[in-house]
Amino acid sequence: MADLRVTIGQMELRNPVTTASGTCGFGEELAEFFDPGRIGGIFVKGLTLKPREGNPYPRMAETASGMLNSVGLQNKGIDYFTEHIYPRIKDFDTHIIANVNGSTIEDYVDLSEKLNRLEKIPAIELNISCPNVREGGMAFGISCPSASAVTRAVREVWDRTLIVKLSPNVTDIRDIALAVEEAGADAFSLINTLLGMAVDAEKRRPVLATITGGLSGPAIKPIALRMVWQVAQVSRLPIIGIGGIMNATDAIEFMLAGASAIQVGTAIFIDPLAPVKIAEGIGEYLVRHGCSKVSEIIGALRVD
Amino acid sequence: MKRIQDCTISKITWLNTDSYLLELDVPDEIPVLAPGQFAEIRIGNSPDVFLRRPFSFLDADVENRKLVFFIKRIGKGTRHLGELHPGETVNIIYPLGNHFQVPEKGNVLIVGGGSGIAPFILLGKELQKKGVGMTFLLGGKAGSDILLTDRFSQYGDVLITTEDGSKGEKGMVTDHSVFTSDPFPFTMIYACGPEPMMKAVARMSCLKNIPCEVSLENLMACGFGVCLCCIVETTEGNLCVCTEGPVFNTNRLKWQICA
Ligand SMILES: Cc1cc2nc3c(=O)[nH]c(=O)nc-3n(C[C@H](O)[C@H](O)[C@H](O)COP(=O)(O)OP(=O)(O)OC[C@H]3O[C@@H](n4cnc5c(N)ncnc54)[C@H](O)[C@@H]3O)c2cc1C
Ligand SMILES: Cc1cc2nc3c(=O)[nH]c(=O)nc-3n(C[C@H](O)[C@H](O)[C@H](O)COP(=O)(O)O)c2cc1C
Ligand code: FES
Repeated sequence: MADLRVTIGQMELRNPVTTASGTCGFGEELAEFFDPGRIGGIFVKGLTLKPREGNPYPRMAETASGMLNSVGLQNKGIDYFTEHIYPRIKDFDTHIIANVNGSTIEDYVDLSEKLNRLEKIPAIELNISCPNVREGGMAFGISCPSASAVTRAVREVWDRTLIVKLSPNVTDIRDIALAVEEAGADAFSLINTLLGMAVDAEKRRPVLATITGGLSGPAIKPIALRMVWQVAQVSRLPIIGIGGIMNATDAIEFMLAGASAIQVGTAIFIDPLAPVKIAEGIGEYLVRHGCSKVSEIIGALRVD
Repeated sequence: MKRIQDCTISKITWLNTDSYLLELDVPDEIPVLAPGQFAEIRIGNSPDVFLRRPFSFLDADVENRKLVFFIKRIGKGTRHLGELHPGETVNIIYPLGNHFQVPEKGNVLIVGGGSGIAPFILLGKELQKKGVGMTFLLGGKAGSDILLTDRFSQYGDVLITTEDGSKGEKGMVTDHSVFTSDPFPFTMIYACGPEPMMKAVARMSCLKNIPCEVSLENLMACGFGVCLCCIVETTEGNLCVCTEGPVFNTNRLKWQICA
């Protein structure tokens, strides 16, 4: 058995496989299918300070090898999470990572301070890349000064691992990554969904109530891989690769391109067991390639 | 506990040009299935049919480990599924969702349109067990849309409406003369079908001042509560149809039918 452990900031994950925010609830639904102790971590559904009802229905459209969503960060707010959800999930035998969202820098800071009181949250993932909320989210992630400002402000109140989730909806993701690194982030996760759209030709109407939404699934994998590769070229911070990962081979491709860990998202809808199968598959690959440690494949892409 | 299983197709029976029964052999013992619950079926590996598709259980043969679905062909997934052959496998996640509330006594009206008749065989069985009387009211565009009447008649009377009048009374389900019976003999209404039909039936239940439960067919990405795509507006805020439903008492929905 190869050693699958990887390090992200101050966290050691038992294997590089985690689940993506918004695709695994708070982990409880997945625990009905497998023991969370078999994966490296769970990135829970996006949290905000106040409860949010999210966007109107319809919020989903199937597309070729993917889907669009416009959920819009529906959640019951940090206080409800702290009181009702956290106690039920805090003893899962894996890392629970909070996905932090806000409309202002103060929102991000206040939310992080509230999370500081929860001992069993070893890391937060700053979502500055949600394409589905008008008042913020992606607005922070598409300009270097704002990405940097929000990261710096949260860094001041958050001592544990700080992961910043990058948006692909930018001209050059490397610029944002460098700004965020300079502001004190410990790691990057990328990519969030790509802004997209679906049209119902018969009805001559957009399919989503919000007209546009975020594209996920295998359709975005080549773009995600390219962006992970680009960021790995300019930064030494660990990267968590995300985007259309359906199986172990996909995951390994991301790791070769420079990701230290990966998140499984949309694949869960099709196969809730995908995260465990991917973790097993990575182990088999390492044995087959004569590697004793998973770290041997991180960034091991040969380009000469 | 939810299961993820590969099942072998044992039979596909076409009932008319666009509806069929799908019968699956399940590898393990079938758990108790409540009327209204559903399964998410993975149909092949085509990039076009990327997500699973939700279908209610029509029936289950626990002894012979068979699950039966009633499926209407409406798009690429349901077309592809109908073209599979016995011996091929599909993967299912089940059982999912909540179920219809079955009263201890009374006399109920069950209204189905289109593929919305699927959950009502299991419901008929449950009601019969409890000794609750029931009448089915099935609606369609034409006579050829009215299916499985012999199955429903094992549990209660079957009334029919068709839009073209080729079978039963002419009109929509809510035009049926049963709604003019005085006194109205039913204590509860169940409905499943296209949303405008369910709303019209729910409006009737308001007029008659009796409870109404409907089974919603919202778009779903996961079917087990992790994506929040399938929500419906309720008096308690947005709720997931896949976990808090698909069955809802209409007084929880914001349909404004009683205005
Ligand atoms: C809880 C539940 C129970 C259902 N039970 C039955 C049943 O017993 N028999 C039956 O024939 N149908 C049932 N449906 C509807 C069935 O899921 C859709 O007809 C089917 O998903 C259409 O797939 P398609 O690929 O043929 O259509 P397409 O239009 O090609 O599908 C495109 C996308 O839209 C979704 N979609 C399209 N129409 C519907 C719809 N009416 N409801 C939900 N999603 C839809 C698909 O799942 C897919 O993601 C049920 C739906 C739900 C939510
Ligand atoms: C239904 C849905 C909801 C999502 N919600 C969130 C969210 O709340 N916060 C977030 O950072 N990303 C969210 N995402 C983005 C995913 O975490 C992930 O970045 C994206 O889906 C790409 O990965 P995938 O192709 O493996 O799904 C959501 C994605 C989907 C499909
Ligand atoms: S379909 Fe995913 S939460 Fe209901």
